[in-house]
Amino acid sequence: MTTESALDLAKALKNRDKKAVDVVAACFDGIDRSDNSIQAYVSLMKEQALEQAAQVDKRLDNGDTTSALAGVPIGLKDNLCLAGTRTTCSSKMLEHFVSPYTGTAVQKVLDADLIPVGKLNMDEFAMGSSTETSYMAKTKNPWNLNTVPGGSSGGSAATVAAGQVPLSLGSDTGGSIRQPAAFCGVVGVKPTYGRVSRYGLVAFASSLDQIGPFANTVEDAAALLSIICGHDPHDATSLQQAVPNFSKALTGDVKGLKIAVPKELFGDEISADIKSVTQQALDTYKSLGASYELVSMESFKAALASYYIIAPAEASANLARFDGVRYTHRAEGGDTLHDMMIKTRGEAFGEEVKRRIIMGTFVLSSGYYDAYYLKAQKARTVIKEDFQRVFNDYDVILSPTTPSTAFEFGSKSNPMDMYLNDIATIPANMAGLPAMSIPCGFSSDMPVGLQLVTPILDESTMLNAAYAFQQATEFHLKKADF
Amino acid sequence: MSTTDTAFDLVIGIEVHCQLKTNSKLFCPSENAFGAKANTNVSPVNLALPGALPVLNKEAVRMAVMAGLALHCDIREESVFARKNYFYPDLPKGYQISQFDKPYCEHGHLDIQVDGNTKRIGITRIHMEEDAGKLVHQGADSIAGSTHSIVDLNRAGTPLIEIVSEPDIRSAAEARAYVESLKLIVQHIGICDGNMEEGSLRADINISLKPAGSTTFGTRTEVKNVNSFRSIEKAIQVEAKRQKDILLSGGTIIQETRNFDEASQSTTSLRGKEDAHDYRYFPEPDLPPLLLSDAYIANCKAQLPALPEEKIQQYKKDYAFSEHECKVLMGDVAMDAYFRASVSCAKKASPKTIVKWLIGDFNAMLKEQQHTFETIGVTVQRFSDLCDEIESGSISGKIAKSVIEQLFSGDKSVSDIIQSLGGGQISDQSELQRIVEAVLKNNLDVVEKIKAGKTASANFLMGQVMKESKGRAKPDLVRSMILDSVDKI
Repeated sequence: MTTESALDLAKALKNRDKKAVDVVAACFDGIDRSDNSIQAYVSLMKEQALEQAAQVDKRLDNGDTTSALAGVPIGLKDNLCLAGTRTTCSSKMLEHFVSPYTGTAVQKVLDADLIPVGKLNMDEFAMGSSTETSYMAKTKNPWNLNTVPGGSSGGSAATVAAGQVPLSLGSDTGGSIRQPAAFCGVVGVKPTYGRVSRYGLVAFASSLDQIGPFANTVEDAAALLSIICGHDPHDATSLQQAVPNFSKALTGDVKGLKIAVPKELFGDEISADIKSVTQQALDTYKSLGASYELVSMESFKAALASYYIIAPAEASANLARFDGVRYTHRAEGGDTLHDMMIKTRGEAFGEEVKRRIIMGTFVLSSGYYDAYYLKAQKARTVIKEDFQRVFNDYDVILSPTTPSTAFEFGSKSNPMDMYLNDIATIPANMAGLPAMSIPCGFSSDMPVGLQLVTPILDESTMLNAAYAFQQATEFHLKKADF
Repeated sequence: MSTTDTAFDLVIGIEVHCQLKTNSKLFCPSENAFGAKANTNVSPVNLALPGALPVLNKEAVRMAVMAGLALHCDIREESVFARKNYFYPDLPKGYQISQFDKPYCEHGHLDIQVDGNTKRIGITRIHMEEDAGKLVHQGADSIAGSTHSIVDLNRAGTPLIEIVSEPDIRSAAEARAYVESLKLIVQHIGICDGNMEEGSLRADINISLKPAGSTTFGTRTEVKNVNSFRSIEKAIQVEAKRQKDILLSGGTIIQETRNFDEASQSTTSLRGKEDAHDYRYFPEPDLPPLLLSDAYIANCKAQLPALPEEKIQQYKKDYAFSEHECKVLMGDVAMDAYFRASVSCAKKASPKTIVKWLIGDFNAMLKEQQHTFETIGVTVQRFSDLCDEIESGSISGKIAKSVIEQLFSGDKSVSDIIQSLGGGQISDQSELQRIVEAVLKNNLDVVEKIKAGKTASANFLMGQVMKESKGRAKPDLVRSMILDSVDKI
């Protein structure tokens, strides 16, 4: 098991103390040993990865690569397209879909000489908070194999927590990076909406989706984030903003940092254990020279409801292309075109996906649009304004990432219970803000995550605040033992 | 005709779709071209592969704005793209990216001419959207009777503008004039081929009847699949008659979409109101709102070429062109462009001479060669040289026709061709006099007739002189020389 950081590993590769082919081979050995129990992967790409590693070794030999993470193995969530490999979104619908093109973020990873080793399990089409809705595999939380890894990027969090790879990419629509990062005790970052191109990310909710990194440390996450950000002419929502080198922002100095703690995320919804761990985190910040105050962000009360209108509405259209006509699963025996489409979608989508398509279709229907979709968009504006108001006086908003630690498989069979998992993470998506989760302690031996949110495009402040906490604590050093 | 013919007013509104002739598609770099091998002009975006995203084509926006300006519309500073959701195999995303409640363009008009009168037709709105792909039915010409259908996505994502008229049109002739005028405008501003047969310009027609003089509109039907100007008139006539027959027999019109069948010259029901889709429009989250600044719109305005109506006025006023000459030029944008270039290029020829030869013999030869003014091989320079020669009287019309023939068949300059034909017109009087005298000597009987007052017989002698001179003699000169010589004999 690798407990080494990605940056340390890259340094060893650069100094030629290690070879990329050996690192990648060892990585696959590790996956072979552990993935029977973890089941983080949907597909492995051993042959391609070893071939690419040999090329990277050549470039490292010749000093031809400037990448800070050259030769480091990485896992990719299975909703990220990489030419020639399967992209299933953990759905029967795309079980056999091989993408003919590579998405922008993945291309940046390849260009930076990171080595993709496989595609990671997820909730079907990223809809879920436990990775239980996957058609492909049942990913376990490495800290306790009876509990879920979180979701939807459950495979991406579990593979890093299990030490299979030091880095992975996931996507976050309502908390799908931060919640599994919290459950698995790793670092997970959702950048500002538009920082990372969505071209090649299979869309769930287009106005909310963002790709982001998972890592063991804040430094690793910052280094990977610096690589994947940047304007992309293939994505009209991608921001035309220069990308700072986030690694340079990590000074560890938080003296004078003003922290806001929303009361709404510190109430009865949050378990007592988590509240006390979060309180300790706040005390740590205080000891580092930062200050904190409780604030009220009432708009958060509308966040969950409006999210569950906007996200399904967009999803209902985004998933319409999976109709049995071209590259998807196609049902046998439909008598008419209509029959074929209905049968295909009926048998190849899972329950949660169907639930959301139906919800989304309903809220956009004639006569309901104003009452649901339009109202939800208004709520979204109010949430944005609420954040702006708080950021007039504070630098960063801290809260628990999740109301509880990782739960047991099957324990949230009521969809509403599952949705409530995301109450702390959803507001940042609704406002398009950068947000991340870092390990901040334990409750009954299960990791607890601390969420940091900063103003738009201010990932630097967020990452530095996270780094300062990490440097002052040892939670990130403790590894899952499974 | 019975009195009931005047009992109803016909009310027509037309939606015209124009394919913009951009190089690439509306939301991706795939080539925008008609007639390529099936599914070759495609990309992840118009195949709707998972993870693909649309990016708006700036050239399409420019063309769309030009259309808006040409139709005197207000261009919105901020317009919004929307998803129009429905399932069909030619629509790979399961939604069409269109514009809904905030189109880029509204409140315009188009003045049409019918029976010498000008009528203003209101334009409600113009919006941008992408075209769908095509289903190619196998084993039959249409979906009925076919064994299966194949999807061709070459057309998917082609940029369209949809121009929606007010229900201001009152007759089939007005409808035809409206679509014809629109076609000329989009052709002359260079944004659309206007080819109804290939479908680059398509019209859907909303038709209803109301009691004559009433201000309340009746229930309308929408007629689709109208693929020519003739069909526009015919479809309106048969649909109006169908509605009138129903109303006169006490029935009611059902709001529905009807198909115009070219073969039977009738309309049949496609789908009723109860089958109408709930398209569930919502703002396209993959595209930010389209922002068009005043400076951008002003720049487009400055680039807007002369509109057909302005050109016609100029041609009539400055060049004294006939209605027919104007109509021929307006009907072929490439010919009109060739004409305008020739006018600038010619040194002596008047626009009237140029247009006469251009739309006459030159165009006839072009057609014979199965070329168009888009594929023409004869340079504007050569055609203007020819017109200059004609204008200066150095070659006869007959020679000019031979020159045209050779311009199309070879690669020689006008002066070389004239040389090879034995030079230009004979203007040397002594040479002509010699030929005239020889002809008279051989036709003394005719000379006598002329002397006796039958001056029409001079035509025979003229023909002989022209023959002798291989057509190079100047006819009016020959005629006077013959008459003078006869007098002297």
